[in-house]
Amino acid sequence: MVKPALDEAELLTALRAGDETAFATLVTHYHPALVRLALVYVNERGLAEEVAQETWLGVLRGLNKFEGRSSLKTWLFTILTNRAKTRAQRENRTVPFSDWVTQETEGDDPAVEATRFRSADDPVAPGHWAQKPQSWENIPEAHWLSEETAQVVQRALEALPTVQQEVMRLRDMEAWTADEVCNVLGITATNQRVLLHRARSKVRRALERYWSDAA
Amino acid sequence: MTHDLACQELVELVTDYLEDKLLPEAKTDFEQHFMRCSGCRNYLAQMRQTIQVTGHLTETALSPTMQTELLELFQDWKREGGMPRKASL
Repeated sequence: MVKPALDEAELLTALRAGDETAFATLVTHYHPALVRLALVYVNERGLAEEVAQETWLGVLRGLNKFEGRSSLKTWLFTILTNRAKTRAQRENRTVPFSDWVTQETEGDDPAVEATRFRSADDPVAPGHWAQKPQSWENIPEAHWLSEETAQVVQRALEALPTVQQEVMRLRDMEAWTADEVCNVLGITATNQRVLLHRARSKVRRALERYWSDAA
Repeated sequence: MTHDLACQELVELVTDYLEDKLLPEAKTDFEQHFMRCSGCRNYLAQMRQTIQVTGHLTETALSPTMQTELLELFQDWKREGGMPRKASL
């Protein structure tokens, strides 16, 4: 049940006419995500809030120049990342974003612990499950939607490396497309997929541990 | 010629499969393995459920203080001229 998408065209028209309700809708929908993304770059809550506010002002002042070649959302978040980077530089808080992307996509980071599989020289079924994943079909829906489950996922997300976390939140919580994530974060399609894969795999593992403890 | 995937290989292809980025041969290998292997079927279903449950999470709500500050920013922008009238046509 993904949050309903905003009707951007309608909001833009209203915003250009100075409609405060349209602005309130936009900030309610996007401000917390803007602050979180800014935090990735500036690394301090207060500064991230400021950058997000500057972004809204930038959006309002740029309204007459916005031609709608990108979506309002992509435009908004691109203004944010540009401002966050500039601000981080000015405050000497530059975080090595591209280093993180490299670190978080390189090396070995298996989706499932190697111990779950038979070894590569197993005579019967090398690399096949030693302990098969269980079906989650019988878990009651009420349990899925419970606050406790939400907290397990939330904690698993928070434990992820920075960029993996951001990619998974944008894709799976905010329902962004892969292209939108690549454009706004300035990462390649391949890296986007690797980051998403590693992130989702870890969150799945956290849920699996939680269900097996609960069982 | 199809390649018999090991489960350990399959789990690393799940995201590419869900993103529809597997090449046709790899996709065939994936789906064939999948037909035979209940462990991997469960695994893929678990990944889908993980994605779904993440989709239910909501972003921290905007605080009333912040909402007020942002609306003030909007009123300031309107006072400084907002959008020139003709541009809104």
